[in-house]
Amino acid sequence: MATAAKTLGFIPRPTAETGFVSWLTTVDHKRIGIMYGVTAFLFFLFGGLEAFMIRLQLMKPNLDLVTADTFNALFTMHATTMIFLAIMPMLAAFMNFLLPLQIGARDVAFPRLNAFSYWSYLFGGLFINTSWLLQVMDPTRRAVPDSGWFGYANLTTVNFSGGMGPDFWTIGLLLLGIGTLVSGFNFITTILNMRAPGMSLMKMPIFSWTTLVTSVLVIFSFPAITVALLMLMFDRQFEANFFNVAAGGNVVFWQHLFWTFGHPEVYILILPAMGIVSEILPTYSRKPLFGYSVMVFSTALIGFMGFTVWSHHMFAVGMGPVVNTIFGLTTMAIAIPTGVKIFNWLSTMWGGRVKFTSAMLFALGFIMCFTIGGLSGFMHALPPSNAQQTDTYFIVAHIHYVLIGGSIFAIFGGIYHWFPKIFGRLMDEKLGKWNFWLMFAGFNLFAFPFHFLGLMGMPRRIYTYDAGFGWELWNMVSTIGVWVLTLGILLFIWNFVQTMRKPVGTAADPWDARTTEWTTSSPPPAYNFKEVPVISVRDDFWYKKYPEKEHAAGHGRGKAQTIAHAAGAVHEAAGHGGGHGIHMPGQSYMPALLALGITLLGYGLLFSNMVTTVIGVVGIFAGMFGWAFEGDGGTVIEVAGGDD
Amino acid sequence: MRLIRRLIRNRSLGLGLLALTGAALTGCAKASELPQSPFDTAGPVARAQTDLLTLSLWFSLGIGAFVTLALLFVVFRYRDKGNANDKSVPKQIHGNHKLEIAWTLIPIIILGIVGVPTVQTAFATKATQDPNDLHVIAIGHQWWWEFQYPQLGITTANELYIPVDKDVQITLESADVIHSFWVPKLAGKMDVIPGRKNHMQFKAERIEEFYGQCAEFCGTSHANMKFRVQAISQADFAAWTTARKAGAATPTDPDAIAGMNLFMGATTSKANCIICHTVDGTKAQGKVGPNLTNVGARTTIAAGLIENTEEHLKQWIRNPQSLKPGNKMAAHPNLSDQELEQIVKYLQGLK
Repeated sequence: MATAAKTLGFIPRPTAETGFVSWLTTVDHKRIGIMYGVTAFLFFLFGGLEAFMIRLQLMKPNLDLVTADTFNALFTMHATTMIFLAIMPMLAAFMNFLLPLQIGARDVAFPRLNAFSYWSYLFGGLFINTSWLLQVMDPTRRAVPDSGWFGYANLTTVNFSGGMGPDFWTIGLLLLGIGTLVSGFNFITTILNMRAPGMSLMKMPIFSWTTLVTSVLVIFSFPAITVALLMLMFDRQFEANFFNVAAGGNVVFWQHLFWTFGHPEVYILILPAMGIVSEILPTYSRKPLFGYSVMVFSTALIGFMGFTVWSHHMFAVGMGPVVNTIFGLTTMAIAIPTGVKIFNWLSTMWGGRVKFTSAMLFALGFIMCFTIGGLSGFMHALPPSNAQQTDTYFIVAHIHYVLIGGSIFAIFGGIYHWFPKIFGRLMDEKLGKWNFWLMFAGFNLFAFPFHFLGLMGMPRRIYTYDAGFGWELWNMVSTIGVWVLTLGILLFIWNFVQTMRKPVGTAADPWDARTTEWTTSSPPPAYNFKEVPVISVRDDFWYKKYPEKEHAAGHGRGKAQTIAHAAGAVHEAAGHGGGHGIHMPGQSYMPALLALGITLLGYGLLFSNMVTTVIGVVGIFAGMFGWAFEGDGGTVIEVAGGDD
Repeated sequence: MRLIRRLIRNRSLGLGLLALTGAALTGCAKASELPQSPFDTAGPVARAQTDLLTLSLWFSLGIGAFVTLALLFVVFRYRDKGNANDKSVPKQIHGNHKLEIAWTLIPIIILGIVGVPTVQTAFATKATQDPNDLHVIAIGHQWWWEFQYPQLGITTANELYIPVDKDVQITLESADVIHSFWVPKLAGKMDVIPGRKNHMQFKAERIEEFYGQCAEFCGTSHANMKFRVQAISQADFAAWTTARKAGAATPTDPDAIAGMNLFMGATTSKANCIICHTVDGTKAQGKVGPNLTNVGARTTIAAGLIENTEEHLKQWIRNPQSLKPGNKMAAHPNLSDQELEQIVKYLQGLK
């Protein structure tokens, strides 16, 4: 089976199918997806722990559970962790696992690059969080970033942050950015080139569409923060003066660069979540997504407009009424495609048969909470009233409604929905419903009071507050809410562990679903599909199950000949091993080695340590050399009855 | 009502929503008793901003209620009735152009309605920088505020005195990092940015002590960077101006005199406050810390942080870090209790 030919690489490509090495060297998008998901969930718990400490400190006026500096480190790392290490990679987990299955491909376009993305994410995440270890060992270094997740210059320059915090932050985010960018290109290439025959872009499942738009946002927005981070790193490490006001630097420039990235970033966090919800709602309503093409265009439009609104994070900077109102109006305009989406979701359920599974409950919770978050977002878009809201808890309410009520609810719904596909087991629905209601109640109890606190003038990012401002009650309620929310998440973990102890054995299609990933077994084989599926309509699988409905729909048909022709071409391509087998990409140590080398280089820069730097550079070159010369590798799998 | 009861029995979203709406109504009550509530406006700028906020809040509540009710209606009306015999599949509707055009147009109309007053308010609240108004330069420091009156030649700190019913033009500058100047009842935020001058204006329409707060994260003690705006009658303001221009009066009480000597570093360098602080009309001309010429008249010390009492002053001079972590004032562990009392006596006499 193995075809490991002699190559110029220094290590032969591994072929382990089980055990540690098989995971370390895997290039299988499904395994990488699971690794993304598990890693991101662990970071999610860690970021949650940080949130828990924040809420305990603010439970009552004038508590001193943690010091001011520790509190500042906690909220900085909480946001950095949740955005870069938890929500983005949890969504990336879905993209990795589902995208090839949804478009009928055997893997992503660049399997080794995909593995590299994961390893640079894991090492980058560990890199930033090793600052906590260093802080514990030597508090004088001030190792944990404590200048906010937005890292505003000039607070982050050496003059005002002499510790190592901003160094960990800039270098860590640069490391994470590499993997994210690589993923973006990988997914775009996969979607544009590897769709199953017959699957035109407008027949693609909606989650794959949101993956495409999100990937485009990634490749256009991450360069902006990369530039900003490099400038800040140059300021700190090499005494450049980009943000040194005394030397003619400009601190507002940082904000423009950061938010040019930062606003598309929030759509990177929400669009795939919308994609997940747009898959769940039709399945459990037994109806197609209402206004599919409008949903696709709304997604693309939101993504595009996401680049035209960044200055709404800066209304108080003093850009003047002309600039402020222009950015205010462009921001308000985003409410239009977003509103369309919400009404299309409602219409999807209209006339359907709504089944309240755990996944569906999370999707419904998403619609409600995201609407609240969207409306407060619309309120922020008005520059004059924004002057009263910005930097208060009103904004904190908004981001938590769109990120927990939005992204996290969608992610949990997605886990319940696709769990049988990923692990071949059904999660307990009764526990799942308890899980939802606890999280829903806990979350609203935790975050809704932030609206009141903000409107009573409580500023963000304060480590303590005095009594007498009217903030006592709602801070207490919010902290209680966190306890309930935590209980819900613990119940999820319990459900997960219990489910994983059951034997594998779910049907391929337990929910009577609609899209291509449900045609293959649960969990899918390494090669995904015995035969590459041929797609003739949107929701192709559904119409294969219920053919009588297809004509009524009269939808997305045509070009049968082209499809048959394309199918033939795929069959030829699939058999390039000579026979009728399926060629699977070979495993490799190189992605992990390359990512490790880059991370060590980061540590070398951080500590100005020559030895670590040299080891890192050697690792990078070894990784690239091995990558280039380790040869094709891979295996050809013969599948009985795989070909006709 | 039967519908609502059944919704609640079905553990629907309704219950939580009802509770939250009730909470919202109580949450905004009695704004005048909340020192930092932007709903209890005391001037035209804050009022214009808050009026717009209220308008958008009503639209949001209306739309939010409509969407939530529609959601509840749909999931209730079209819920799976669990009839195992019913094998039919719902009609597969793919879309409806008229409806989709409708819910594209309706938000556009709503945004138009809100957009017009937004643009108007944005221009109406812009600082005029009218040279006939009272001008103040507010300078943000980590973590306190300096207020200069260029027309009057007065500098003070942490408590901004303004005459009631007069427009005040504020120019914002920073001595170090980015801060944000916010007095919720008088005006929304404007950032204080190093290397840049920002402008804002406000007017206090009633005599009152207003709370202010730095709103942009600025380092360790960001939470402790507060201030007060003292809106006083125009006659009082004229008197205050005259008194401040005259400089600090020399104390007569022997303890206060001893305190002054410690302050000035005349007898011993144990305190030597003049390195950092200014007291107008004396040799104390330090510019690192706040101007203390009228510190005895202030209601708070340490930038709006704590009440201005003898005990707090002592604690502050002895060990400032215990009250305001990270601040740049030196601790004074070597002062005797008596010396500490003398300095406090001197400071309390500075009015």
